[in-house]
Amino acid sequence: MSEDVYVIGTDMIRFGRFEDATPPRLAAKAALMALDDCGLSIRDVQAVYSGNCTETMVGQRTLQLIGQTGVPVVNVTNACATGATAFREAWIAIKAGLYDIVLAVGSEKMGKGMLVPKNSGGTPIPSEGLAGSNTMPAVFAQMGMEHSRAYGTTFEQFARVSVKNHHHSTLNPKAMYQKETPLEEVMGSEMMAYPITKLMCSVNVDGSAAAVLCSARKARELGLTGRAVRVRGSGLASDPFSERNLVQADVNTVTRLAARTAYEMASVGPQDVDLVELHDCFATAEICHYENLGLCGEGEGGRFLDSGATTLGGKVPVNMSGGLLSKGHPLGATGIANIYEIVTHLRGEAGARQVEGARIGMTHVVGLGSACAVHILEKV
Amino acid sequence: MSAEIQALKPVMPYLGQADDGTPYLIGSRCDACGQTHLGRFENCPRCTARGKLTEIHLSEKGVLYNYTIVYRSLPGVTVPFISAVVDLDGGGTVKGNLLDVDPSPEAIRFGMPVKMVFREADTAVAGGEGYVSHFFVPAN
Ligand SMILES: [Zn+2]
Repeated sequence: MSEDVYVIGTDMIRFGRFEDATPPRLAAKAALMALDDCGLSIRDVQAVYSGNCTETMVGQRTLQLIGQTGVPVVNVTNACATGATAFREAWIAIKAGLYDIVLAVGSEKMGKGMLVPKNSGGTPIPSEGLAGSNTMPAVFAQMGMEHSRAYGTTFEQFARVSVKNHHHSTLNPKAMYQKETPLEEVMGSEMMAYPITKLMCSVNVDGSAAAVLCSARKARELGLTGRAVRVRGSGLASDPFSERNLVQADVNTVTRLAARTAYEMASVGPQDVDLVELHDCFATAEICHYENLGLCGEGEGGRFLDSGATTLGGKVPVNMSGGLLSKGHPLGATGIANIYEIVTHLRGEAGARQVEGARIGMTHVVGLGSACAVHILEKV
Repeated sequence: MSAEIQALKPVMPYLGQADDGTPYLIGSRCDACGQTHLGRFENCPRCTARGKLTEIHLSEKGVLYNYTIVYRSLPGVTVPFISAVVDLDGGGTVKGNLLDVDPSPEAIRFGMPVKMVFREADTAVAGGEGYVSHFFVPAN
C-alpha cells in the first residue's frame, strides 16, 4: 500500500446561527483555524477540497478571502456526506502521490425549518403529503418504525438517544446547544412524525470545519507527527439496490457497505473502535447505525443504548460531541466536524468529554440519495 | 370507477391511466432477475440488465410494511396523516396515505391488509383540485 496519510491540523468553529455569514466566510475561518492548529500557512497547501451543499465555487471564494495561491480547488457536494467526501478526496490525492499537504474544508449556511427534498420528481403539483411524506423527519421516523417492527424498539428508547447526545453536548463548548434534555422533555416536545419529536431532530445551524492532511513523510520532515492522527481506513459507498430503497430510503445497506470497506482497509473490527461519531440526523437513526457499524448485534441497538455502552464512560462512547442532535448539523461541514471530534479525542485534547485512552475512532455520515462515508482514524 | 375520477390528471409519474381514464400503478418487471419495480424503467437497477423490462400494472392490494404518522408537514397539507409503505401483492412497493384508520400507533398494525383507492388530490393537499392520487384503506 502507498504511504500513510495523517491529519496534522483540524478545527471547527462553534456551530450557531450567524446572520451575515456566507459559506466562504465560514469556510475561511475554519481553514485558518486548522492551519494554525499545525502551524502552517495557506501557502503550504498544494490543493483544496471544499464541501458545500448549496452554493457554487465555495472553495475558490474561500481562497479569495485567505490567499489566492492558484492551487487546484475541487468543489464537492454529496448530500450529508459532503464534508467526509471532500476529506476522502484530499486523502486520495495524497495517496496518489500528487501532493503532500492538502486542505479539506466543509461549510454550510442553513435556512430555518424542516428540510424537504426539492420537487425533483417533476410532478405538476408538490407531492408532499399526497402520496405519503418525504420530509426528513418522516423518512427517519420510518427508519425507526422499521426497526420497531423487526425488534420491538420503543419510542422511549429512541428518545433516550437524544437525552444522551444532549448530555454529551454539555461537555462540548463548540456545540450549538449545551443543555440537558430530560426524557420527559424529549418525549413531550412537539411530535413531528411518530416516533420523532422536535428534540429528536438534528439542529439546523451554520458551521464550518477543516482538516489539513499530510503525507507521513512530509509530516516527519516538518516535525508534525506528535499530534498527528493516521487515516487507517476510508469507505465511500452509493446505495446498492435493496428491496424498497427507491420508495423508502434505505440508509442501512449503504452504511454497512461503506463500513465494511473501511474496516477491511484498516484491518480492524468493531471491537477495536474506542469511540464513534455517527450520523444521528434523527434519534432513530443512531440505534440503527449501532447495528449497521457492527458495534452491537442485529436487533440489539435499543438494549445497547439502554446499557450505557454508548455514553461517556461506556464501552464505545457514541457522539461525544453532542452529535447532530445537539452540536448541530451544517450539512457540508458535518463530515469534517466529525473528523475534528475524533482527532481531538485521539490526541487526548478533548477536556471534560475525553474518552480516556482512545486509540482508534470512527466517523460516519450518510446523506439521502444516497451517499455514505466511513473513516477509521488512529493515534500515530 | 366514477367518471369524475377518470377525468382527473395523475400527480405521481408512476400513476398511469387506461383509455377511459381509469388510474392504475405502473410497474416494470425485469425479465432477467424477476424484480418488480414501481414506475417505468429502461434498465434494471437491481441486476443491471438493459432493455429487459416489461411494463405491467401493479396490484391494488397489499400489506402495510411500514408507516409513520406525520404531524408536521408543509403549509397546505392536511395533518395528521399516516404515511404508509405498502408491499403490493405480486411485487412492488409504493408509498401512500393510509385513510380510514385512526392516526395512532395503537390503531395501526404492521402487516395489515390494505387496498388502493383513487381520490381527488384536494382531499389531502391544498391546490389538488383537478388531480388524482392513490390512497390506501384497510381491506377486511
Ligand atoms: Zn433485473
